[in-house]
Amino acid sequence: MKRTLVTTFVTAAALALAASAALAQRDLTVVSWGGAYQDGQKEVYFKPFNAAGTKLVDESWDGGLGVLRTKIKGGNNTWDVVQVEADELEVGCDEGLYEKLDAARIGGAARYLPGTLHACGVGAIIYNLVLAYDGDKLKTAPAGWADFFDAKKIPGKRSIRNGAKWNLEIALIADGVPAADVYKVLATPAGVDRAFARLDSIKPDLVFWKSGAQPPQMLAAGDVVMTTAYNGRITAANEKDKKNFKMVWKDTPYTMDSWVIMKGTPNKANAEKLLEFMGRAENQAKLPKYVRYGVTAAAAAPLVDKSLNAELPTNPEILKQAFAENPKFWIDNGDKLAERWTKWAGTK
Amino acid sequence: MRRALVLPLAAFLLVFFVVPLAGLLSLAVREVEVPRALPRTLAALQGWQSPQPLPPPLWGAFAQDLVEARAASTLADAARRLNYEVNGVRSTLMRAAREADGATAGQAFDAAFFEAVDPALASTAFFAAAQRAQGPLSSYYLLASLDLVRDGQGRIERAPESHRIYLDVLLRTLSISATVTLLTLLMGFPVALLLTQVQPRTADWLMVLVLLPFWTSLLVRTAAWVVVLQKEGMVNSLLLAVGLISEPLTLLYNRTGVLVAMTHVLLPFMILPLYSVLRGIPPQYMRAAASLGAPPATAFVRVFVPLAAPGVAAGSLMVFILALGYYITPALVGGGSDQMLSYFVATYTTDTGNWGLAAALGLLMLVTTLVLYGAAHRLSRGRVMAMS
Repeated sequence: MKRTLVTTFVTAAALALAASAALAQRDLTVVSWGGAYQDGQKEVYFKPFNAAGTKLVDESWDGGLGVLRTKIKGGNNTWDVVQVEADELEVGCDEGLYEKLDAARIGGAARYLPGTLHACGVGAIIYNLVLAYDGDKLKTAPAGWADFFDAKKIPGKRSIRNGAKWNLEIALIADGVPAADVYKVLATPAGVDRAFARLDSIKPDLVFWKSGAQPPQMLAAGDVVMTTAYNGRITAANEKDKKNFKMVWKDTPYTMDSWVIMKGTPNKANAEKLLEFMGRAENQAKLPKYVRYGVTAAAAAPLVDKSLNAELPTNPEILKQAFAENPKFWIDNGDKLAERWTKWAGTK
Repeated sequence: MRRALVLPLAAFLLVFFVVPLAGLLSLAVREVEVPRALPRTLAALQGWQSPQPLPPPLWGAFAQDLVEARAASTLADAARRLNYEVNGVRSTLMRAAREADGATAGQAFDAAFFEAVDPALASTAFFAAAQRAQGPLSSYYLLASLDLVRDGQGRIERAPESHRIYLDVLLRTLSISATVTLLTLLMGFPVALLLTQVQPRTADWLMVLVLLPFWTSLLVRTAAWVVVLQKEGMVNSLLLAVGLISEPLTLLYNRTGVLVAMTHVLLPFMILPLYSVLRGIPPQYMRAAASLGAPPATAFVRVFVPLAAPGVAAGSLMVFILALGYYITPALVGGGSDQMLSYFVATYTTDTGNWGLAAALGLLMLVTTLVLYGAAHRLSRGRVMAMS
């Protein structure tokens, strides 16, 4: 009896090993955020790179450091190049989930805008969390976050991302804190209380979104009169579905996603080749046509079609109204604030 | 020898279910990050207790640990663990490690060195937290899943009001599951009854209608409810058109949406066990009751319902237990106050990577389910177990 069990066990383990060995030989796998955005990346980066001779497959994911940690520490990583958010870049780099990046092998540091190159990653896109509304439905146009947080001036439901990040910032701005001081105020317990108090003032009118595809859909369905949203999604809804959604850029947070190479990948050389290819200004300049996000090669901006500039986060006119998200603040305070957010969002 | 035939399945379950499950749940009580990253620091803290002044040899050991753990990429995990209890030290620990690494050879480390980076890193509260996390086991995650924390002296107390989350969520999970069970029973019972009373051909067709949603992806069905229930969706348009309402109802992103969608998704799990039991009740019994003078209502309550009880119990238990684990549906059609326990398990597993808390919450749910199952088993004197 006992021996049979052991034999079965060993056979199963051997099969599992054989299966994982078969997986080790795989094509370069690049992982991004899916949707219209990844469709654009396919046209601009993935297909031409494939055509140039290196086989590449693309997958999509929804983010989350836990996912990457499982892949690396579980020892069955199937991804090579992944697009991550700012805090995932920072923490994952500290945890040793990514390869260290050699700038010389991806086109040299001078090619990229200052601040877009990190020890473990290189900037992919720059985007804003904007205030969006349907220009055809809303009679009073909101001028900024103060109006978003004013249920008397503009009645109706409004939606925000379900999470503390960015919502506490805009609540403070609505409460009169200058965008430049937001993180200073938020670093104090009184500042956090102030942000939650401001959120309380419109709580009965709040609806939460989880994925970036939801806000334009909620606007289109009439479920909300205003929402926070990623700027590219709003432009895409206007262009694809012929909507008349408007965006307010004043005092909106902007942030950058980066490409990283997963630790220990057998495709490291090809991964670097892909990053070099995606870092070329002439390639990056084509992306905003598909999705209106800013790119990171210094020489790309002049090559971008001028007609797209009005809704491009890297447009200097927009950049000077916006403020940079502070990933360090969220790395340190995210856990505690997430608890408080959950409690707050879960009580009527 | 015949028993050996189940060995492949037993081995499969052992390797792919029991062992991983036990391994995952054990994360709820294991402490690995801090002892791995800061062994010398913990050794230097031997015999120290929280309000006492920190022992001077601590600082050199702490600095050496930080430098080595950073080089071995184990410091970030420890920093994350400690940040749960001492908010803000996650990035300052990394910075202290960088600065200790860059210090000139032979530099003596003292409290002032770490205070300069972040006063929290030289505080007794920080080292008390490190000591509590020294492993191999601790109750931190289990306590956290019950909204409890330890104070500076290690006494257990309730978490601050603004951070008490999970007991409310557990109650909410149970109440949503119970409501959904009741709704599926109210709607499923007549359908199951109808299925037993029509011609077999008609019953086949009706059964297809019951099973059709069963074969459709959960995600698709939930997304369909978003379209149906939204402000300008089908339900509201219809009600507005016939003049029953003048303002569109809010049916989505609240409890109503969750209950509607979950009831729909889980309905087949109620109808199928009910149907299999109701079909086995001979029609003669009702006729016998009638011939003995019972009015139809009395016959139904005193004869039919007791015979149907095992089906009701099995269906209810099935729906209730399945409902306990729901998270996609509430996440898509619910609001902030409609999220259930497994939503938090998923968030902690994939988003923030707090596997200890995810495991503790999973354990909380498993224990709750087993307790309820045991209670149902006792109350029904074993019938539930036999049916499901």
